[in-house]
Amino acid sequence: MSVTTAIPTAAKGDSPARRALRRFLRHRLAVLGLIVITIFVAGAVLAPWIAPYDPVATSWSRIRKPPSELHWFGTDENGRDVLSRVLWGARASLMAGALSVTAALLIGVPFGLLAGLTGGWVDTIISRFTDAMLSVPFLILAIALAAFLGPALENAMLAIAISASPIFVRLARGMAMEAKATEWVEAARSLGNPPWRIALVHVLPNIVPPLLVQATLAIAEAIIAEASLSFLGLGQQPPNPSWGSMLNAAQRFLTQAPWMAIYPGLAIFLVVLAFNLFGDGLRDALDPRARGR
Amino acid sequence: MGWSASRACGCNSVMWGWLLRRLGQIIPTLLILSVLIFALQQLMPGDPAIIMAGEERGDPQVLAEIRAELMLDRPIWEQYAAWLWRLLHGDLGFSWRIRQPVGSLILEKLPVTLQLGGMAFLIAIAIGIPAGIVSAAFRDRPADWAANAVALAGISTPNFWLGIMMILLFSVELGWLPPSGYVPLSQDWRQSLATTIMPAFVLGTGIAGVFMRHTRAAMIGALSQDYVRTARAKGLPERVVIGRHALRNALVPVVTLATIELGRLLAGAVLTEQIFSIPGFGKLIVDAVFNRDYPVVQGVVVVTALIFVTLSLIGDLLYMAINPRLRAA
Repeated sequence: MSVTTAIPTAAKGDSPARRALRRFLRHRLAVLGLIVITIFVAGAVLAPWIAPYDPVATSWSRIRKPPSELHWFGTDENGRDVLSRVLWGARASLMAGALSVTAALLIGVPFGLLAGLTGGWVDTIISRFTDAMLSVPFLILAIALAAFLGPALENAMLAIAISASPIFVRLARGMAMEAKATEWVEAARSLGNPPWRIALVHVLPNIVPPLLVQATLAIAEAIIAEASLSFLGLGQQPPNPSWGSMLNAAQRFLTQAPWMAIYPGLAIFLVVLAFNLFGDGLRDALDPRARGR
Repeated sequence: MGWSASRACGCNSVMWGWLLRRLGQIIPTLLILSVLIFALQQLMPGDPAIIMAGEERGDPQVLAEIRAELMLDRPIWEQYAAWLWRLLHGDLGFSWRIRQPVGSLILEKLPVTLQLGGMAFLIAIAIGIPAGIVSAAFRDRPADWAANAVALAGISTPNFWLGIMMILLFSVELGWLPPSGYVPLSQDWRQSLATTIMPAFVLGTGIAGVFMRHTRAAMIGALSQDYVRTARAKGLPERVVIGRHALRNALVPVVTLATIELGRLLAGAVLTEQIFSIPGFGKLIVDAVFNRDYPVVQGVVVVTALIFVTLSLIGDLLYMAINPRLRAA
């Protein structure tokens, strides 16, 4: 990559958003990531129409058939079509990724803003809470929470959301403290704006870009976490398909039906890779300071 | 992080002050953590006494005895105080299923995971750090792109899937390695290595990508410094400039990161041990989850958090120890 284009000359009427878009589009891998994500989202949304078979319909005459014209990805131990289950499974994975990260943002950002803007003992309490949660590795916290909440996809999503939220608290807190020290917030405060208005109107919009980048990367982690929890039987419950639970079943038939393990795992890998590529590109586009790192 | 203020000074009192402040943060953090872990119990659906009674759940007298033993008939704060008191004395409770103290269960399983984690850590360092150095030295050239692509793939691969794929290739197809099981080092070191090399590799590759990215970033930062330019101007060979001048400085942040990643290996071990049927710490929590053996789940979380907090403290101390700018004058 050439460095000479690092500072694009802004044409008249060139908004920051448009400049960011241009920087993003120059990042070919990030665009590729976005395309892959779009394909997966389309597959998940259109699953009822494009899946060739019913994802839960069993067929005793078609147990563990290798990939063929009829079943592109083969069939599983109950004669269900693996392709159809991968397509329907995308729903569980993408929904878990998007919803749990949205929930983590909704939990984390307000607390982070509160801590960063008020300071004092409120900040101390929120920060120690965050430290406490971050001292348990993400996946172990999610497993423990999901175990105590009981096995269900909704509970797994809640567990992931709670486990992912401290990162957003920390990020929002740091950015809020930075913003608090700037002149525009100082000016807004001296004009007599109430604290909530300063938080929402003056601070939040400025911290959206880094939050967006972090959220994209968190979706990648959340998708792996959902797959892990479902793999352990703590997420999506049978017979409903999820990539993690499909891998769990596949492990028992590795010698006879390796295709059962290959395709759901490949789906997780591709979608997580796509979110990571997309997030990296987004960081370059939205946060010029982090460029070239 | 708190080191930035003390960095410029390099005097002893600042270092000690920082250390005291750091410890002052850890204690409330651990207290809050204990409340959170205790609170997990309250999320539990159903009556713990019924779960614990098992087949005798119909007998009201048994239920009453269990409730009294678990202090379920006491106010919640009293339950917490008693739980914390026992915890501070190293008592992690009693497994509901295996009928053994949780502490001894964990102590029994931990060495297995330490062996696995240690091997994975070595693999991650052996791959990640050289790859990061090469990547930074050949920045924006094919070697860099290749290293970045491999690192990204490593980070994006769910390690349980990689484990399944490796079993498929090396055990099912090629028949080189046992697909699962574990032999202790003390019993037969060859067999022990054969049973742990695949899981260690699976566990290590995920972090290798993280190491590679951080080493690369730190090396790129170091290579742009004045002292590197001076070293080059003196006519030193590039090998010496990179190996002796840039690398020493670049590795400082990587060491801190390494200790944190070492803690994260514990989380990775959960699924990896499950895939390869290795009877370690990770499999312990999974089995406990399946058996609804809640004290074990809690105990594992407590121990993980303690290890994690200790490691990050060691990371900070190492950072101070190896960073000449922070060393006492």
